[in-house]
Amino acid sequence: MLTGEPLAKLSGVRFGYDSRVILQDVSMVVPRGKLVAIMGSSGSGKTTILRLLGGQVRPQTGTVTVEGAQVERMSYRELFALRRRMGMLFQFGALFTDMSVFDNVAFPLREHTELPESMVRDLVLMKLQAVGLRGAATMQPSELSGGMARRVALARAIALDPMLILYDEPFTGLDPISVGVIGNLIRSLNDALGATSIVVTHDVEVSFRIVDFVYLLSAGRIIAQGTPDEIRASTDPYVQQFVRGEVDGPVPFHFPAVDYAADVGLGGRA
Amino acid sequence: MIAALLHGLRLIGARVVSGIWKLGVASRFSWLVISRSGPSFRRFQLTLDQIYFAGTLSLIIIVVSGLFVGLVLGLQGYETLKRYGSAEALGTLVALALVRELGPVVAALLFASRAGSAITARVGIMKSTEQLSAMEMMAVDPFARVLSPVFWGGAFSMPLLAAIFSAMGVFGGYLIGVVLIGVDSGAFWSQMQANVDLREDIGNGLIKSAVFGVAITLIALFEGYDAPPTAEGVSYAVTRTVVTSALSVLALDFVLTSFMFSGV
Amino acid sequence: MKRTTIDLWVGVFVTAGLAAILVLALKVGNASNVSTSEAYHVIAEFENIGGLKVRAPVKSAGVVVGRVEEIQFDNDKFLARVSLRVSKSYRFPTDTTAAILTAGLLGEQYVGLEGGGDTELIKDGGRLKITQSAIVLEKLIGQLVQAFMGNKASEASNGGKPPAGK
Repeated sequence: MLTGEPLAKLSGVRFGYDSRVILQDVSMVVPRGKLVAIMGSSGSGKTTILRLLGGQVRPQTGTVTVEGAQVERMSYRELFALRRRMGMLFQFGALFTDMSVFDNVAFPLREHTELPESMVRDLVLMKLQAVGLRGAATMQPSELSGGMARRVALARAIALDPMLILYDEPFTGLDPISVGVIGNLIRSLNDALGATSIVVTHDVEVSFRIVDFVYLLSAGRIIAQGTPDEIRASTDPYVQQFVRGEVDGPVPFHFPAVDYAADVGLGGRA
Repeated sequence: MIAALLHGLRLIGARVVSGIWKLGVASRFSWLVISRSGPSFRRFQLTLDQIYFAGTLSLIIIVVSGLFVGLVLGLQGYETLKRYGSAEALGTLVALALVRELGPVVAALLFASRAGSAITARVGIMKSTEQLSAMEMMAVDPFARVLSPVFWGGAFSMPLLAAIFSAMGVFGGYLIGVVLIGVDSGAFWSQMQANVDLREDIGNGLIKSAVFGVAITLIALFEGYDAPPTAEGVSYAVTRTVVTSALSVLALDFVLTSFMFSGV
Repeated sequence: MKRTTIDLWVGVFVTAGLAAILVLALKVGNASNVSTSEAYHVIAEFENIGGLKVRAPVKSAGVVVGRVEEIQFDNDKFLARVSLRVSKSYRFPTDTTAAILTAGLLGEQYVGLEGGGDTELIKDGGRLKITQSAIVLEKLIGQLVQAFMGNKASEASNGGKPPAGK
């Protein structure tokens, strides 16, 4: 089990849009200083958990707690104060397309601090150096490759030295080298900044290599949790299918349909 | 039969309800944009950048179109006025037509297709690539930081563009009427000056264009913000911006005109 | 770096816009006209003002000297009371006549002033004594038709053949 003082906690959270239920009765704990992965197939409600932690959506029932304060009860002002201490890396980086790499990383500093421009410059170059892209400071986001854009977004997410870093599908659409680079950065930045990180992903290989703990989500429920080794050793058929990437299993290959023979007009003639 | 009729009625009802619903959302959106305009003035550079996008980049199309509209007005007006032996009234005709109607309306239509569509596309892309969401997670209010400066930039640029359009049009009318056809220059200007009123005509024209500017930028912002976060959604939103703004401009023009130029 | 060029272009745009407004105001709208300068009021009463409107020009010898400021109906005299706003720089004697004239055949109606020979000048709030009403086209045509019909009637009575019932 996961030990340590919890920084973020979900208890009994239920969330959905209209009649569509996305999360039902999810409880999880993220201890301070740890790197935790939330995994699951597409559409299992992983990203919604990040939005709940950031206060962008509120749970229908249950509570979301960050640093002991209930996120869903916060006012607009309190929420903004909380978000200043969070960094979030969006799925495709979400860099501001009308600003250079430098201005993107400087954005949170300029918006939230009164630092003189020379200090902003030093800080930005420091963050870019941490992700290995100091040389790309003057480039525009459109000139960057997918992996570079993700690293710039990471530099922007850590610009204010957050206590909690959220990663939304950081490995999607990247080549294997970039996946490895981003994976290592996530681990090393977490330890170097003394931050706590939550990675939402379905990439088993990299995440099992870097994370401390895994929550496995399916259809809005947590179906397995444990260290990567424990998850790998699990005998649960769904967990087995997910970890090994098998085509058929508890999650069927075929979407529910009427009998194939009947559908193509062979059923009646037989 | 009756079932089909009921189904049809239900569809119409759903359309009406969703239309009214959208109008309500748009109104709340507009209120958010306007009520959070503090940074647009405190950090004027933000608005200045948007004046560049909405105003300066629309300058060429406005200047060229204004000139051509003036040239056509000069030609057509002269042909018609000549029949009544009052070609000297050409200046009045060109100036009144431009300052009261064509300037504000045509400039607004051009503004909607040049700047309005660009605003929708930009906001739509910022939303679909999660840039607005990212801003929110960085504890920066996208309404105050992005949308409101766009609104003020557009609303400020529109009257200036309309004035430039009208001035270019009058110049075009002068070129055709006086330089090319040979209407007396003194009569052209003096008749114009005697019949165009500073407050009633020019002032009201500027008020009109300011109203159009507000309407177009709000529509463009809302359509961009409301667009489904896909390439297809954004492209439909751009089309809707142009169509909705054009219709709104013409409808508003009718309402404003009947208020301003009715009675004595 | 980039900011300064944007600022420059914004400056170009704003300057062009303000210049356009200025051109419209001065060259097209003639902001320097009498409505903004100092003026005095003169009252003229007409039997019929025709299509005269508020803000119509007041001209003397073809020069615009003022504007029609107010048009009222006098309940006692059954006359139209027209208040004219005339620029201070133009002076008229007390026996000035006011007439409602039309610019061109179908043009706008305006008030024409014609100075008399009196040495005393008309003062603020003064009244023009001699006025000439607008020519109303319907009346004119009515008179013409009447005259024409009268001619015809007299012709008929003078032995002209009345149209036989066909």
